[in-house]
Amino acid sequence: MTGPDPILIFDAVSKHFGGLAVIEDLSFSVRRGSCTGLIGPNGAGKTTVFNLITGVYPIDTGRILLDGVDIARIPSRRRIHHGVARNFQNIRLMPHLSALENILIGQHCRNSGFLGVLQPVNLIPGNRWREEARAALAEAGLAQIENATVGSLPYGLQKRIELLRALMAQPRLLLLDEPAAGLNPAETDALREDITAICRDRGITLLVVEHDMHFVDALCSEVVVLNFGRKIAEGSPDRVREDALVREAYLGTAAAEQTHA
Amino acid sequence: MSGYLEGVLVLLAINIVYAYAAFLPIAAGQLNLGIAGFAVIGGYFSAFVSNQLAVSPLLAIPLGGAVAGLVGLAVAVPVLRTRGIYLALATFALGEMVRAGILNLEVVGGAAGYPVTAFIRLPTIALFTLGVVGLVWLLFSTRFGIAITAVHDDERVADLMGLNVRAFQVAAFTMGSAIAGIGGGLYAHHFSYIEAQYFSISLSISIVLYVLFGGTQSVLGPLLGATVFTLLPELLRGSAQWRYVIFAAILIVVMVVRPQGLVTGTQIRRLLGLRSEFDRKEQAT
Repeated sequence: MTGPDPILIFDAVSKHFGGLAVIEDLSFSVRRGSCTGLIGPNGAGKTTVFNLITGVYPIDTGRILLDGVDIARIPSRRRIHHGVARNFQNIRLMPHLSALENILIGQHCRNSGFLGVLQPVNLIPGNRWREEARAALAEAGLAQIENATVGSLPYGLQKRIELLRALMAQPRLLLLDEPAAGLNPAETDALREDITAICRDRGITLLVVEHDMHFVDALCSEVVVLNFGRKIAEGSPDRVREDALVREAYLGTAAAEQTHA
Repeated sequence: MSGYLEGVLVLLAINIVYAYAAFLPIAAGQLNLGIAGFAVIGGYFSAFVSNQLAVSPLLAIPLGGAVAGLVGLAVAVPVLRTRGIYLALATFALGEMVRAGILNLEVVGGAAGYPVTAFIRLPTIALFTLGVVGLVWLLFSTRFGIAITAVHDDERVADLMGLNVRAFQVAAFTMGSAIAGIGGGLYAHHFSYIEAQYFSISLSISIVLYVLFGGTQSVLGPLLGATVFTLLPELLRGSAQWRYVIFAAILIVVMVVRPQGLVTGTQIRRLLGLRSEFDRKEQAT
C-alpha cells in the first residue's frame, strides 16, 4: 500500500455525515515529487478527501500523515503552515480584494506573527512582500490586472489567481480540485504545462482531482480511483484503465472513450 | 468662528470617531449595535478620572478608550460566538446593559447625569479625530486590513489560508470598542456633562448607518458617511420641519442607487490612478 518515500499517507480514514459514509476505511499514499490523480464518478468523495486533508471537516477515524505528522490532529488554520495548500472546485477568492491583495493573502502563513500582520504592504510601495506578490503576478502574465477587484474578473483569470494564491504559501503538497474545469482544450494544455513546470521547479508534490481523463493521463504518473468513498483501484493511469472495477464504475465514459479511440 | 459652526464641527468630529468605532467590526463582517454602550463607558470613565484625579483630558480620554477597549475584549470572546442577527441582538443588549448599569451608578450621578469640570474645544477634538482616522488608515495599509477584508469575505477560506479568523474578529471588535470610548470621552469633555440616556440604541443605529451609507469596504467610507449624516440636516435647515423628510428621502435614494455605499475599494484604487483594464471594462458595462 505504502509506496517508497510517501509525502502523504491516508491511513484507514473514515468520515460519516450522519448515517451516510462518505469516506470508508480509505488508505492510500502519495509519493513525494509525484503528480497523483484522484479520480472517480461524481459523489465518490474526491473533494471530501481534500476537505479532510485541509481540515474543513474533522475525520472520524484514521490518520492523515503529512511527512510523518498526523495533520488530522492539527487545527485547520495551522495545516497550511505544515505545507499543504489548495484551490477550490468553485473558485473562492476574496471578492472585495484586488488580485494583488488576494495573492498577499496567500503569503499569510509565512507572515502570521504580530509583526507579520502589521507589514505595511499597501503603504510602502517597495515592501518586500508586496514586490514578491507583484512579481508572481507579472510572471504569470497578470501584471496589468493586479489592481482589479477580483469579483469583476473573468472566470479563467480568477482560476489562475487562485492557483497563484495557493502557490504563494510555498506548499510541499498542492491539492488542485478540478483545475481544468471550464477551460477550453488550448487553455487546458497551457495549464498542464504550467503546473508540470511549477511543480518540478519548486519540488511540489501534486494531488489533483479531475474529470478530464486526457488531462489526468498527461499530467499524472499515479492515479487513485474512488467510488462511494472507497478506493477501488490505484496505479498508473494505463493500469487503472484496464481495471474491471474502474470500468464498471466508469462504464458509460469508458465505453465512449474506447469507441473514439 | 461662530458658536454654531463650532458646534456643528465638534459634532462632525465626534461622529467621525464613532463611525470608525462601528467600521472596524463591520469590516470584519460583524455588526456591533452596542457602540453607544462602549462610548458611554469611555465617556464616564474619562470624566470620572479627570474630575476625581484632576488628570488632563488629553490623558483621561485615551484612558477611557482603553477601558472601553478592555470591556470590548472581555465581551468579544463570548459575544462573537453568535452570528448575524443574533450578534446584532447580543451587542444591542450589551449596550443597553451598560447604559442601565450606569443609570444606577450613584458615584457618577446615576440618572441625574454627571457634570464634567474639564473642557475641551474644537482644536483638541479635531486632533483626536485626526489621530483616530490616521491610525485606522495606517492599520488598513498593513496586512491587517487585507486580512480583515478576507475574514469578512470568506471565513472558511481565510481559515484555510492560515488566518486566525477569531483573533482578527476579536481584535477588530476590541479596537472598535476603544475608539467608541474615545468618542464618548470627547463628547463628555466638550459638553461638560454626560448622561447615560443619550447613549441609546438610536445613537448606535445612527452610527452604523454612517458606515453603511459611506461604504463598508474602504477606510474613507465612514468619514464620508459621518460627514453626510452630520452636515446634510444642517444644510437643509432652510426648509424647517421638512428637512428630515428630505434627508430621509435622500438616504433612501442613495441606498437604492448605491447599496454598496458611497465609496468602495475599487473606486479608491481608480481615484489613485491604479486603474486596470478590467476595471475600465466593468465601468463601461
